[in-house]
Amino acid sequence: MAEHIVTKKQYSYVFGALLLLTFVTTSVGMMDLGRLNVIVALVIAVIKALLVVLFFMHIYWSTKLNKLVVVAGVAWLALLLWLTLTDVLSRGWLPFPGK
Amino acid sequence: MITATVETRDNYLNHEYGVKSWLLTKDHKRIGLLYLAAITFFFFLGGIFATVIRLELLTPPGDLVSAQTYNKLFTLHGVIMVFLFLIPSIPATLGNFLVPLMIGCKDLAFPKINLLSWYIFMAGGACVLYAMLQGGVDTGWTFYVPFSTSYANTYVILTGVGIFISGFASILTGLNFIVTIHRMRAPGLTWFRLPLFIWSMYATSLIQVLGTPVIAVTILLVAVERGFHLGIFDPALGGDPVLFQHLFWFYSHPAVYIMVLPGMGIISEIVSVFTRKKVFGYRFVAFSSVAIAVLGFLVWGHHMFVASQSVYASLVFSFLSFFVAVPSAIKVFNWTATLYKGSISYDTPMLYAFGFIGLFTIGGLTGTFLATLGFDVHVTDTYFVVAHFHYIMVGGTLMAYLGGMHYWWPKMTGRMYPEGWAKLSALVVFLGFNLTFFPQFIMGYLGMPRRYHAYPEEFQVYHVLSTAGASVLAVGYLIPAIYFVWSLRFGKIAPDNPWNASGLEWQTTSPPPPENFEITPVVTYEAYDYSILEEMKVG
Repeated sequence: MAEHIVTKKQYSYVFGALLLLTFVTTSVGMMDLGRLNVIVALVIAVIKALLVVLFFMHIYWSTKLNKLVVVAGVAWLALLLWLTLTDVLSRGWLPFPGK
Repeated sequence: MITATVETRDNYLNHEYGVKSWLLTKDHKRIGLLYLAAITFFFFLGGIFATVIRLELLTPPGDLVSAQTYNKLFTLHGVIMVFLFLIPSIPATLGNFLVPLMIGCKDLAFPKINLLSWYIFMAGGACVLYAMLQGGVDTGWTFYVPFSTSYANTYVILTGVGIFISGFASILTGLNFIVTIHRMRAPGLTWFRLPLFIWSMYATSLIQVLGTPVIAVTILLVAVERGFHLGIFDPALGGDPVLFQHLFWFYSHPAVYIMVLPGMGIISEIVSVFTRKKVFGYRFVAFSSVAIAVLGFLVWGHHMFVASQSVYASLVFSFLSFFVAVPSAIKVFNWTATLYKGSISYDTPMLYAFGFIGLFTIGGLTGTFLATLGFDVHVTDTYFVVAHFHYIMVGGTLMAYLGGMHYWWPKMTGRMYPEGWAKLSALVVFLGFNLTFFPQFIMGYLGMPRRYHAYPEEFQVYHVLSTAGASVLAVGYLIPAIYFVWSLRFGKIAPDNPWNASGLEWQTTSPPPPENFEITPVVTYEAYDYSILEEMKVG
């Protein structure tokens, strides 16, 4: 299968978007958004990661199998976090004896 | 005359000579043999530690080695056997040798990466050996925190670095197999014509690729906390020690399936050939490998029932753990059903297969005991657990590995092993194994804790039985080591297909030529179709 050729222009747009998002991260890092601090930082990080994976790593133009490989990697990370959180989030549900 | 003809035939062993031809080879078969030499060394090294452990436990007081030395012995036994023997054992030796042969291609997709994986593995092994020579490590193979990060004064980081490095070898092997199986199958070799060994190697590779990075990160975090006192796991530094166990077991439970899934693939091959039947329920056995690989990632919390894990999480993990029994049972029942009305022959590989089926069943069923919350609390950290995982790792994986080594030895070397000695050793291994580990179920149930070098006298009878069994087992392992080496020079010349098997690897010469097949095979039949052999003879 022929490899998709990404133009320099497309790369430049993605690079520009990454720089912009880095600027946003830095700017937001100087504000106190309360509980949103972590959420905003993570959302920007995810968008940047997506840009890298989809365009720099050519997944946007790849076969379904390659897309599945990426999804599997993310899904496995989600699995690790999800089942670990079943422990962390439910630890306080039962009272400690004597307290 | 036959000898002369066979030996002058061009094959991967005589195609090139010299140390350089081996150390720079890109031939998957030679790389398989390089791995074989390395893991055999590590197996006997790990075995030496086991021998000293068993000798220490012959008597109740700690009279042979100190408590500190004992801690190092069981740690090194575990680290070496798990990371440097069992995990690479079948995939890196038999897998490397057989995957391209069984799917009818010339080599793996990335031959240079394959050689790189061996060098990475050796670098990791060298780190562990260096740590051992410097004084060893005493944390147990599980490296539990905060002991490993804040209290142990042994070579934790160096050993961890060794495991970290060798993990990359495992990832590269898995990656290579996945791409090869997807892209390089012979014409006509559809997914449901693949040998079940290939299905199991594929499932194993998925675990290697998806799970191994997590243990790498975990070890890195241990090193960072130990070296720079960053609070990740140690509560005194603001960390969470149970988080370590989550990360560690996310990899290390599926790692058990990295060890045993390839063994299951071997058993499928052997059971079919030595009953002259197709494997009963081929598709179920194939998909059960993938199911085990996926479900194996959902159960890690059953190692943490008494580790301050939330009781609700423990309930979920206990519930999920029982699901793994389903695909495992599918395999055992289907192998048994394959035996039904089969034309069974009792050659050495089949003896090992019988051993595997029985011992894996015991190991697996006691696994469901341990997945039960109430029972697990009673036997946590006792010899019951030690017996259980040895029934899986040794009774399962090692029996399958030895079965596979005997089955494919003629293909690998072009020589037959001595059948009489081999049958004797299979019997000795089976008896020795059970004598070693069955008493451990009983003493564990009675309360004998693991990882102690001294114990109350009431447990001595079980320890004496176990040590006696270990001696028998050691003899059982030494016999094949001797006759395999002997057969390289004195064994009978092996025919191309000594077992009348139908797999593609048996349709090429023994040993195979450098590029495996003179002509790329075209597959027009299902796996394990023995009628095709008759048609080939007629043709």
